[in-house]
This record gives sequence, C-alpha cells and structure tokens, in this order.
Amino acid sequence: MAVNEMSQSLAEAPPSSAGWFEFARRHRAGLASLFVLVFPLVMPFTALAANILIYGLYALGFNLVFGFLGLLSFGHAALFGTGAYLCGIAIVHFGLPWYAAIVIGVVAGAIMAAAIGALAIRTRGIYFAMVTMALAQCVYYLFYQAEGWTGGENGLRGINVNRIEIFGIKLDFIDPLTRYYVIAAFVILALFALSRILASPFGAVIQAVRENEARARASGYNVTLTRFITFVLSGAFCGLAGALAALHLSIVPIEMLYYETSGMAVMMSLLGGMGTFFGPFVGAAVFLLLENLVSLWTVHWQLIVGAVFVACVLFFPAGIWGTILKRLDR
Amino acid sequence: MSADNPDVILRTYGVSKLFGKFRALNDISASFPRGAITSIIGPNGAGKSTYFNLLSGSLAPSGGRVEFEGRDVTNVPQHQFAHMGVAKSFQITNVFPQLSTRENVRVALQALVSRYDIWRPRAKLPGLAERADALLNQVGLWHCRDRIAKTLAHGEQRALEIGMALASNPRLLLLDEPTAGMSPEETRAMMDLIVKLAKERTVILVEHKMKLVMGISDRVLVLHQGELLADGTPAEVRQDQQVKRVYLGQRH
Repeated sequence: MAVNEMSQSLAEAPPSSAGWFEFARRHRAGLASLFVLVFPLVMPFTALAANILIYGLYALGFNLVFGFLGLLSFGHAALFGTGAYLCGIAIVHFGLPWYAAIVIGVVAGAIMAAAIGALAIRTRGIYFAMVTMALAQCVYYLFYQAEGWTGGENGLRGINVNRIEIFGIKLDFIDPLTRYYVIAAFVILALFALSRILASPFGAVIQAVRENEARARASGYNVTLTRFITFVLSGAFCGLAGALAALHLSIVPIEMLYYETSGMAVMMSLLGGMGTFFGPFVGAAVFLLLENLVSLWTVHWQLIVGAVFVACVLFFPAGIWGTILKRLDR
Repeated sequence: MSADNPDVILRTYGVSKLFGKFRALNDISASFPRGAITSIIGPNGAGKSTYFNLLSGSLAPSGGRVEFEGRDVTNVPQHQFAHMGVAKSFQITNVFPQLSTRENVRVALQALVSRYDIWRPRAKLPGLAERADALLNQVGLWHCRDRIAKTLAHGEQRALEIGMALASNPRLLLLDEPTAGMSPEETRAMMDLIVKLAKERTVILVEHKMKLVMGISDRVLVLHQGELLADGTPAEVRQDQQVKRVYLGQRH
C-alpha cells in the first residue's frame, strides 16, 4: 500500500537514516525550487515546462487532501477552474493588474473550496468522492451558463498580459522563458508555503486525522474542522495553479472544469506518489510528457498513458517518486 | 443537583440507548466517586461498552443525561472531552499506526497546545518533546520510542494508547477493556500500571473478566442485559444474589 510511503515522507525519520537524506528532507522546498529553476533547460519546449509547473502545483494542492489528509476528492477541477476563471475575469472584465488577478484567483479557489467543503466534508470515502464530483459538475454548469462573464463553451478569451513590471523591472511576458520564470516564482513560493504547512503543528494534525480519525478525536482534535481547513488550503493552492494557467494560456478553456481535470489530479498524484511532498510534481511531469511526446506519433496517446498508469499502480504502488524515496531511505 | 457534590466526578441520570428497536441500555442512573477506581462489569452483551461510550461522549444517549463535575455533557462533542479533563482508551487498539511511538504521544500532547497553527514549525513547540519522553517512560515504552507504532507488540500498543490518553493529564481516565487480548504477564503489568495511575486521578474501567478487577476496584457496577444489576464495593457485589445468579453462576 502507498500508505507505507506516506509516513516516510511525513513522520519523523528513524535516526538510522543517512544524514544527507535527512538534509534533503529538511530542505525539500529548497531542493524542489532548484529543480524548478533548471527544469526548462532540460525540457523540449519551455511552454511544456510551464504547463508541467502549473499542473504540478495543481496536483500538489490536490495531494494535500488526497495523500496527506486521506480524502479522495473528485471535484478539484472546480477549484482549479474557479481560480483560472476568476483570475481571467479580473483581467478581462475589470482590467485589474496581473498580480491582483493572481491574488483573486487564489482567494476564489479557497472560497470555492469552502463552499464545496462545507457540503461535502462530513462524508467519507466513496461518498466524499461522489459529492465533490457532483458539486464540481454544478460549478462547471454555472460557469458554462454565465456566458457573458466566462465565454461559455468558447472559454474565456483575451487574457492578454504582454508586459509586466516587477519592482520597476519591465519583463516581456510573451517570451516563453520569462513567462516560465514568472510562473516559477509563484510555484516556488507555494512550495515553501506547503512545506511549512506540513511541518507545522497543523501538519501533524492532518496526518493524525488520516491515520486514525477516532483517536484524533479522542485526543481532542476537531476532525471535521481540520478536514475543512485542509480542503480550503488545498483550494488556495489549486486556485493559484488555475490563475497561473490562465495567465500562461491567455485563455481559460471550459475543459478546465471538466471532471477529466479532476481525474488528472488523481492520476498525477498516484503516478508520482501520493502523500509525498514532491511526488505530484513528478506525476504531472510524467503524465504531460507522455501526453506531449506520445501524441506526436499516435493519436492514441491516452492508451499509452493508461498502460503506464496501470503498470505504475501494479508495480510501484508507492508511485514513481514514492518508490525512489523508499529505496533511498533504506 | 450533583453540582454541589465534589466527591462525585461523573454521574448519569436515567440514560438509555436504543439501536433501532434494540434497547442496549435501559434507564441507568449511577454516580462515580472521585479518586476511586470504578469497574463496570457484566457478561457479553450486557451493555458495558455502550455505557462506556455514553460516559466518554462517543455516543449520545437516546434518553437521560450525563454530568461531568456537575456540568451537563450529554451533547458535548467528543473532541472537547480531552479539553475538559476526560481521556479514554479504546477497546480495540487505536493508535496512529504509521507514526513512530514518540510521534504518537507527541501528537496527543500537541492537542492541548496547538491545533490550528499552520505556520510555525512544530519542532519548536516548547516542552512537547520533553513531555513526550516523560510519558513514554511512565508507560514503559522508552525502549521502542522510535519504532513505527504498528510494529509494536499488542501489549505495547495498549500501553501506548494509555500514554496518549494521559497526554491531556486527565482528571478522569476511562479505559475500555484495557487487558483485552493480553497475555497473563501483559495483563499483570497493565493492572499495575492502572493502580499506579489511579493514585493521581479517577479511573473508570470496563472489564469482561470479573476476577481481574475485584482486587483493584473501589466500586463495581454490574450490568446485565442493559440494566444496572448491582452497584457497590467488590465485597457487596460478590454477595449479591442476583449477580451470583446471572454472572458468577454461569461463568466463574
């Protein structure tokens, strides 16, 4: 079970583990950031690298609920999509500056998570998956119908951010590498924030609730409220990912709210390793690389991705990153 | 009102519990003296665990009232019990299986200091590590502090659970069959531990094996088919004709 690996990345390490592994664990956000910085240099196209960053962040936010809290949500597309749409609407309809639009995307993701969470958080297991999925479909319909604001099925167009200014430095946002590094800056911030949350007292409560709900309750933790807060935090991360996607693509396609987008987060987390800090990123990279490279020579790329996914679940139940961590920790 | 009586820590007023049409508990009124060990005994299906769950707030009664230190706690959510000074252990071993022994205790301790802080590093919470180590020593688990909890022996997991229950330094400790599934040596060690813990707090325990608790209990409640059959000192209960008939006669 993947559960074994979760704890390795989370729980206090046994003192026998190598010093450098402990070092890597402690500085996981810094190391992940380094990776993000060199990543576009090893990728075939920078736009794909940026896409991986965005979906990696989305999967990371999803994994907070899935891997760390232990709830399978099938409605995270609603959080991702809401972040994207609200960021886009802020720019297109209100002419707000790009950074304000990002903040709006983050807040919108969190608010949407609060709304969905308030209704779904009391259910468990398959019921939680069903309720979140149903609510996400409602959100999809809402944005689909609000054509004046969202462009309906054509998507929200015209999110044209060409030149941005950071502390007086003018940057050309159309240049792919510049765009990548602007996005990367936000992703790195998110990585540090997530690492901090996981290392906080609340991070311990999240894993306690996942490990044993009854025991957590008997110890004096409010399980429902813990779940709700975690879901809202997850919404903020996914909202940020959505907002960055809107800026990156210059359009918010309605597909972002499809349930397939929810399913993608599940696949990416499982591929990379649920409940590991960096696993979802690895999962997103593998998923999107396969999609991009395999689709160059066959339209049936989904078949290949599906086969890889099945093989992974069968042979590396801890996910790619989870398995690597496990090997290193020996 | 029992509020005036400081010698009573916990009291139930005519509590009943229905599961569908099945009446698991019927109109039980009892009071639990402070500073004592009170055992709730009875044959299988007597309603012991149901009564225990009403006392510890895990279940809400279908009727009646529960008072802790004079305060009505009938509808207080479970997670607040730890903060009022009531802790419990479960009948089935209930620890955080994937966490280390020490982290189990540390998380239990943390519940009283920090529950919603998402920003400060938890390693810097003052005093927690020291208190966790002290608790591990108290319940005799220092030697396996770094092991993952699910790899502990059964008796060790039970001891760990008691250690976690003690984390809130409760005035009232509720134990549901603390020796269930234990070897004779483990049982003896657990009984010694309970007597030791009872020196500083009130203990209420549910036990299936009557002989085990007679020696250490100050008071014994006997349940039978959801009714309170007897309530008194171990000697009184032993002499009770009804108890002899329904309980002692058939088993011991």
